[in-house]
Amino acid sequence: QKAETEMSAVRLNRAGDTAFAKVEKVSSELFSLTYGAVVMQVIKDYEEVDATNAQLEKMGYNIGVRLVDEFLAKAQVSACQSFQDTAEVIAKVGFKMFLGVNAEVVKTTGDEFTLQLSDNPLAEFVELPEQYAKLEYSGMLCGVLRGALEMVQMRVTCTLVRDVLWGDDVTEIRVVLQEMLNEEYHDDED
Amino acid sequence: IFLMRKALDRPPRRAHEVSQSAFAFLFSELIQYSQTRVNTVEELQAKLEDAGVGIGRRVLELACLREKSSRRETRVLGILQFIHSTLWKMLFGNSADSLEKSVEHDDEFMIIERAPMVNAFISGAPCNCAAFVAGIVRGVLDGAQFPAHVSAHEHEDNRTVILIKFAAEVMEREKRQA
Repeated sequence: QKAETEMSAVRLNRAGDTAFAKVEKVSSELFSLTYGAVVMQVIKDYEEVDATNAQLEKMGYNIGVRLVDEFLAKAQVSACQSFQDTAEVIAKVGFKMFLGVNAEVVKTTGDEFTLQLSDNPLAEFVELPEQYAKLEYSGMLCGVLRGALEMVQMRVTCTLVRDVLWGDDVTEIRVVLQEMLNEEYHDDED
Repeated sequence: IFLMRKALDRPPRRAHEVSQSAFAFLFSELIQYSQTRVNTVEELQAKLEDAGVGIGRRVLELACLREKSSRRETRVLGILQFIHSTLWKMLFGNSADSLEKSVEHDDEFMIIERAPMVNAFISGAPCNCAAFVAGIVRGVLDGAQFPAHVSAHEHEDNRTVILIKFAAEVMEREKRQA
């Protein structure tokens, strides 16, 4: 069974690499600097750290609900059988395809997993000043995951738990499954 | 607010590219967000331009950190060539198509990009997103002590023209150095 897991990890890595190879690319510096400009604008508008964190997450959510369609269209992956499968697909194909980086799935249990990024294009060139020490700078990624997973019928909470900007070695996002959503079909009259 | 590593002491990132799609989603969300806080198209363009200015200042610092020499551009042609090639390559992958001087006005220059730029990333954009690029150029010029008025014009053939009009003090300094 271990061999099977390794095989599928190889397959997923290849799917991620292939997907990324096929897409149009832009300078990661343009991306990082633009993200920095977005964060600064939100800080300027909301001033206070908690409100800024919430807004960045919300913007991520808006992106996530749209991004998932593109992901499903471009990634050559079969349907996930379990929440853990979902984790692996996100880490090896999703992150690779969009951000060009490899993410690892660590600390998994039935209903939760943690994604670990050793390389984070959002936070390149960034240092948090004292008064923003608690800023969840890459919180937008949490929102993206939440939005994308909601579109595939999973309600999750995503939290930035470690961040190199906070002095940690790696950046980690914990994803916890709250409930599976059932698709509801409404009559047009509703 | 200053969010930038003072020195590139961390090893350089392995990857230097992200998908264009990731950038497009981010930029689109920036536009959506900005739209909620403005009333007119002009105000939206101004917001995008401001975002660009911050980027321009930072990319200038980044470029200076990378060049081992601390030589600073003091001539107009020097800074324009820096923008036309070094900066453009860093952000957009290639030098800009051309750098031109206005025949009518001594203080006006144009950077012309034939390939569709920012606007290509956003279909049906509600404004001239090249204002973002104009902002980047203005940020670089401000940071390098070449105050200028910068505007962007998109033509039908997708050509983007960045028009730079230097402040009088820049032209005076230029004359003194000639």
